[in-house]
Amino acid sequence: MPSKEVKKRASLGSIQWNRYMVYIVFVLVFVLFSVLLGGKGFLNPNNLANVLRQTSMISIMAVAGTFVIAAGQIDLTVGAVAAMSAMIASLVLRDLNNIPLAILGGVGFGVVSGAFVGFLVTKLRLPSFLATMGMMSVIRGGAMWVTQTAAVPIKNAVFNKVFGIGMIGGISVLVFWTIGFYIVGYILFNKSIFGRHTLATGGNEMSAIYSGIKTNRIKIIIFILSGAFAGFAGILYAGRMQAGRFSFGDGDELSVIAAVVLGGTSMAGGAGSVIGSLFGSILMGVINNALILAGLSIAQQTIIKGAIIVLAVALSNLTQGKQK
Amino acid sequence: MEQFVLEMKGINKSFGSVPVLKNVEFKLKQGEVHALVGGNGAGKSTLMKIMTGVYTLDSGEVHVNGKLAHIRDTRDAKAQGIAMIFQELSLVQSMTVAENIFLGEEIAHNGLRDIRSMNDRAAKLLAELDLDIDPATPVYRLSVGLSQMVEIAKALSKDAKILVFDEPTASLSETETSRLFEIIQTLKAKGVSMVYISHRMKEIQMVADSITILRDGQFILRDSVANLTMEQIISNLIGGESSKHKFDWVPRYYDENAPDLLRLESVKVNDKINNITFGLKPGEILGLAGLMGSGRTEILETLFGLHPKLGGTIILDGQKLDYSSPQEAIRLGFALVPEDRRKLGLVLNHSVRENLILPILKKLRGNKLQFLIKEKQADGVTEESVKQLNIITSSINKTIRLLSGGNQQKVVIAKWLNTNPRILMLDEPTAGVDIGAKSEIIQIIRNFADQGNSVIFVSSELAEMLAICDRIITIYDGRITGELSRKDIGVEEELQHAIQRS
Repeated sequence: MPSKEVKKRASLGSIQWNRYMVYIVFVLVFVLFSVLLGGKGFLNPNNLANVLRQTSMISIMAVAGTFVIAAGQIDLTVGAVAAMSAMIASLVLRDLNNIPLAILGGVGFGVVSGAFVGFLVTKLRLPSFLATMGMMSVIRGGAMWVTQTAAVPIKNAVFNKVFGIGMIGGISVLVFWTIGFYIVGYILFNKSIFGRHTLATGGNEMSAIYSGIKTNRIKIIIFILSGAFAGFAGILYAGRMQAGRFSFGDGDELSVIAAVVLGGTSMAGGAGSVIGSLFGSILMGVINNALILAGLSIAQQTIIKGAIIVLAVALSNLTQGKQK
Repeated sequence: MEQFVLEMKGINKSFGSVPVLKNVEFKLKQGEVHALVGGNGAGKSTLMKIMTGVYTLDSGEVHVNGKLAHIRDTRDAKAQGIAMIFQELSLVQSMTVAENIFLGEEIAHNGLRDIRSMNDRAAKLLAELDLDIDPATPVYRLSVGLSQMVEIAKALSKDAKILVFDEPTASLSETETSRLFEIIQTLKAKGVSMVYISHRMKEIQMVADSITILRDGQFILRDSVANLTMEQIISNLIGGESSKHKFDWVPRYYDENAPDLLRLESVKVNDKINNITFGLKPGEILGLAGLMGSGRTEILETLFGLHPKLGGTIILDGQKLDYSSPQEAIRLGFALVPEDRRKLGLVLNHSVRENLILPILKKLRGNKLQFLIKEKQADGVTEESVKQLNIITSSINKTIRLLSGGNQQKVVIAKWLNTNPRILMLDEPTAGVDIGAKSEIIQIIRNFADQGNSVIFVSSELAEMLAICDRIITIYDGRITGELSRKDIGVEEELQHAIQRS
């Protein structure tokens, strides 16, 4: 069997590469921009703090996104759920001025929406891509409908401070929220039984079923988790913009997928990294920021952003070799 | 009355209107290895899936330890101590050995996984089976054989008292196979009862105590293996008429002094397989014998243009060839029936017809400017092949997934024969094929060679190689270690010995 051994070893090396690729790319990109754009304030602590703040919502959604993709699923509803959650929260604050109820409304909507997606995927056996593509449109439309596309300002200063514009020791509260979610996500993914069951569901669903794991239940929980995290991201959008607006989170679903995949989670399921997703998300934020600092037009930014994502994923695929 | 750990009585099961099991019985004694044999479609897998809770029975009774058991899903089966070791590996490749063993039954401490104690327990379990595997190794780093051992350990960790092995040696090397048999003996000594499904008669005679034979969804007989000869087993399998003679070698005539049709000179496939030299006469059936991983498959794949050769020369009809894609190889007259027909040989969701015409689509156009396929002609070609190779299907438009393994394989072979190849390469063409179809396939190959074409044949079943090959080249660890004319090989053991000699 020596030939098998050799092959296995070789692909092992590449898997490790793939796993650390996001960190390597991150460092390379960071150094590159520091050299090129250091003079334009790229390394200014304020600028870097800004990047962290701006990527918070994507980062938080990417925590749950890691579970979704590691389980071999995909969730396109997150951006729309965030918008709907922001609308619900802002309406509750306008009419009832009750913060806990606003959060419950926003996150609760995410839970219900996630549960419904889970139902579509497990009971009606829709592929998650189609189920969530449809639901994305339904929810986004709903967010437009509740106020006939009008924005709802939030006047509750406490809410805005805690969930958006507040600072602790000069650092945005959004960064603290992000850290909190990542601690929870990391433990859940790496240390809990649920995390292993997620990987097993994505890695070899039959094996998981034969091992007595209710993979359908795992999938439903993952979609609920994804919905809830997206709901919370919506609360943060509302707090930061001090308003609810139907257009929040537009396109976030794709940014989340990009962040998670850049972070080394396999699109085929079965392998993933929560911390990788954080770096994937920040990496995209850094690129965004640098392109703005470099004075590129929106059109140029969009093109380069897309190209960099393709490049980074291609790079990690190349290092991965012909593994599958 | 004897005590059975498991008794299945009067089992009936239909899929739609098709009955698959008709009043079948199966009885397993404590601590025995019980072979379950039957052709493809005989109902072995269905019966075992009922036992392990994948399917539910339509009628009949299952008794475990003398008590009536209701097995409605895999959890019920597990609760009864029944576990299946799968033919295809059913471990999660990206997770560690210990994580796989405890999948679904993780040891947790305050809600967090207790990785250390799972690794410790797994290490103990593996040591009990005399396996030297680090429980923290990810499964993708293990060989196929070791992965299977891990699966056994996993079943035992769940207190399985009845293990079902489905073609466990299909992808194991000889050493791994004997290792598996040792483990089966260890388990037997511990009182574990085992069901052993296999097409390989030799193995059954080696490892099994009793045997149950199914045919066409019906129970045929149950006996002690010692009471039956291989001929008796086979004749019961195929329904009385003996096809034994088809497994005998028939000397074939071809001009041994003719110039080589194909010649390989110092061909380098990769770092390990780097000096392959052999010739192939027109009309000859050449066998490449070797263990799994010896390089057999890689050599065929290189000839078929799937990997570029890294050195040496390939000469066809006296012409040096340089090609690096299957398209060119096909044009030159090569055809490859790959090892894994489900993954590589067929598009499972397509019909018999679509699969059959895939490599010859271009020929089915009127001329190069047309891009529409002549549908009638395609139907004709398909029907012709179905008739010629005796492919059993209700319609040429039937989805190929629904055909038995043997008929699927005949479609793969037919598909390549339609390209009019001069050199047909077959990699394990009879794996998972029942005995009836096996002898038909052997006949098809002989007919092909009799028309002056050449064949390169690879199989792990040496009896089969001896039945069909005119000449056998042995390969060990990427090197050619010998060449035997069929005439000079007396018994299978000689070949067995030859392939394991470095």
